[in-house]
Amino acid sequence: MREAAASNAHPSARSPWRPPSYWPFVLPAVVTVSAVIVFPWVFTLWMSLHEWTVGGSSSFVGLANYLRLPGDPRFADAVVHTLYYTVLAVLLPLVLGTVSAVIFHARFPLRGFLRGIFVMPMMATPVAIALVWTMMFHPQLGVLNYLLSLVGIPPQLWVFEPATVIPSLVLVETWQWTPLVMLILLGGLAAIPAEPYESALIDGANRWQMFRHITLPMLAPFLMVAAIIRTIDALKSFDIIYAITQGGPGTASETINLYLYSVAFAYYDIGYGSAIAVVFFALVIGLSVLLLALRQRTKWTEMGGAAL
Amino acid sequence: MFDNGISRRTVLKGSLAAGALGLAGTPAFADPQWKKFAGTKLEVNLIKSPRGDVLEKYAKEFTDLTGIEVASEQIPEQQQRQKAVIELTSGKPSFDVVHLSYHVQKRQFEKAGWLADLTPFMKNPDLTAPDLTEADFSSAGLLYAKDQKGAMRSLPFSVDYWIVYWNKDLFEKKGLSYPTNFEEMVKAAEALTNPSDGTYGFVARGLRNANVPVWASFLLGYGGDFLDANGNLLTDKPEAIEGAKLYQRLLTKAAPPGVAGFNWSECQSAFLQGKVGMWLDGVGFAPPLEDPTRSRIVGKVGYGVMPTGPKAQASATFGDGIGVAAASTKKEAAYLYCQWAVSKLMGARLLQAGGGVPFRNSILNDKEVRAGVKMPAAWVEAVAGSAKVSRLGLPVVIPVTEFRDIIGTALTSTLSGGDPATELKKATEQFKPVLERSERS
Repeated sequence: MREAAASNAHPSARSPWRPPSYWPFVLPAVVTVSAVIVFPWVFTLWMSLHEWTVGGSSSFVGLANYLRLPGDPRFADAVVHTLYYTVLAVLLPLVLGTVSAVIFHARFPLRGFLRGIFVMPMMATPVAIALVWTMMFHPQLGVLNYLLSLVGIPPQLWVFEPATVIPSLVLVETWQWTPLVMLILLGGLAAIPAEPYESALIDGANRWQMFRHITLPMLAPFLMVAAIIRTIDALKSFDIIYAITQGGPGTASETINLYLYSVAFAYYDIGYGSAIAVVFFALVIGLSVLLLALRQRTKWTEMGGAAL
Repeated sequence: MFDNGISRRTVLKGSLAAGALGLAGTPAFADPQWKKFAGTKLEVNLIKSPRGDVLEKYAKEFTDLTGIEVASEQIPEQQQRQKAVIELTSGKPSFDVVHLSYHVQKRQFEKAGWLADLTPFMKNPDLTAPDLTEADFSSAGLLYAKDQKGAMRSLPFSVDYWIVYWNKDLFEKKGLSYPTNFEEMVKAAEALTNPSDGTYGFVARGLRNANVPVWASFLLGYGGDFLDANGNLLTDKPEAIEGAKLYQRLLTKAAPPGVAGFNWSECQSAFLQGKVGMWLDGVGFAPPLEDPTRSRIVGKVGYGVMPTGPKAQASATFGDGIGVAAASTKKEAAYLYCQWAVSKLMGARLLQAGGGVPFRNSILNDKEVRAGVKMPAAWVEAVAGSAKVSRLGLPVVIPVTEFRDIIGTALTSTLSGGDPATELKKATEQFKPVLERSERS
């Protein structure tokens, strides 16, 4: 609007002097973005082309760091772990978040109070949560196995066993972030008009049919937003995993982030660490593009639905 | 934490006599000129530990003695290592004195030349008390502190021997006595194990990285080592594989389920419950075992030197030192602080609180100092016994952390059924290029 107004004003000779352009106003943003986003990225790329260790010298090695990646079993495992973790840590909160949003959308006594309690996990510090869960997971002393024993289930090893470590970590992540998904979806539910439900009732639809054919499609854009936020969060998840297992047992829960951290800050191999960071970045961009494409599709459905 | 229990009286009774020689300045001759650098302000970077606690607690005494002001900070181990390395790399560290973990950082610090040479200071009677001599440090300490040219780059501060904590009650119930060799240790561990009532014979770290010293304790007993004289890896040799087999056997057959994720704290809490027969770990974890508010086994804990292996008896040894940054402009004052930190008085305080073990024989063998130790006599015996069979518990290379991660992963894999020989071969292959890269650069 403002630009339009400005260009309209231009031909009239009311003001005798005009700045040649508006670029000085953009400058602060350009400087900030270059300093905190562009420069670190370019520098990371630059470092990834060097053999560079803290305390040692650095030398240009071209793509050698990238060529190390395919032959590095820990990196390959880390990619698999990251994807496995992300898929679970997106799907579970989405499903449970949808269920809880539908429940909390209904009217019942003390709803506000219970909603408040339900979102509390979100407010806690991840590292503190992780430490508490570590105690609860303990195979001999933890409360989880005690609870299982009450219903006759034999003790589990949770995060202390390679096969169950990632699902157990996702359990913590789900516990903490389901409320966020619920909040987003509650907003979506509140925006759905009542008319479709009324006509569906007249047509004799049951509750499941109403949920499946009205609520779910109309929630789809909100579900996509939640999915994008969850995907980004799950991909970059570090604190909970680091505090509970440090990537273990062995490397069974080592995601790219944890491996990257070890390489750069425990092995001081900055060059290789940067190469991993670049590949990780590409992966994140790839997944984001995929999700955005999916989001376009949900929008399409919504508009199509509206056109009907 | 642990040292808070020490009263002024204990200190006086136990160590003043000894400490006075080193510090209070009774012998007037050849005393260092403590006050020469009065007014200097030192920055000290410490690892968060009972060692750091003791130094901070008594820092005022150092200021009274020397007139040197001390500003110190304690940072958790992992972060402190990173901070120290990053600051030293920058060439302008914010600290004059740095506390380092020898078993992780020795080679790295040496190769980068980050620490000042303390040899001339130690020879200077104006700077050094007569009782501080190289010969007073244990051999492991000197091995850690000296660089390849034989110069002292730091002062050995506190040593960590690996010992076996054992539950005397459980042993007695089964009519067993403390094992003297590996074979007996396995037998005892398996005899004590009874999963139906939650009793297990043995516990030690299963967590990757943290678990390497456990395997090292076995490997050394089989007569193995990490590197040969030319720096080639020996981690896939028969001794190493035997060590891993023993590790696998003890931790899968006689240890509580989930041990693959245990670090020392999980081991400690399992042992504190009184349901575990033996726990192999560092000597510094003793105080909580004798603390009635935390332990169900006060007075029932035996402290044993590592049993003898088929080839050797060896206690895996780790340690930390305190040194002066080469970039510091206040090296002499910083050296005085280091000297004070490893002095008899401070070492005695450390030992008596059970927070650490000084490298200096004159402290360890002093009857008065020993009498003031709060831990049971068996603990001191185990410390002294371990000192005699002490061997470095990790290879002296730059990428120690990677070594621990890679070998540690292999060891953890053996706990879920991996074959020790295959896993160690794979890990050795994986570590080889890392080691080569680090030595080349």
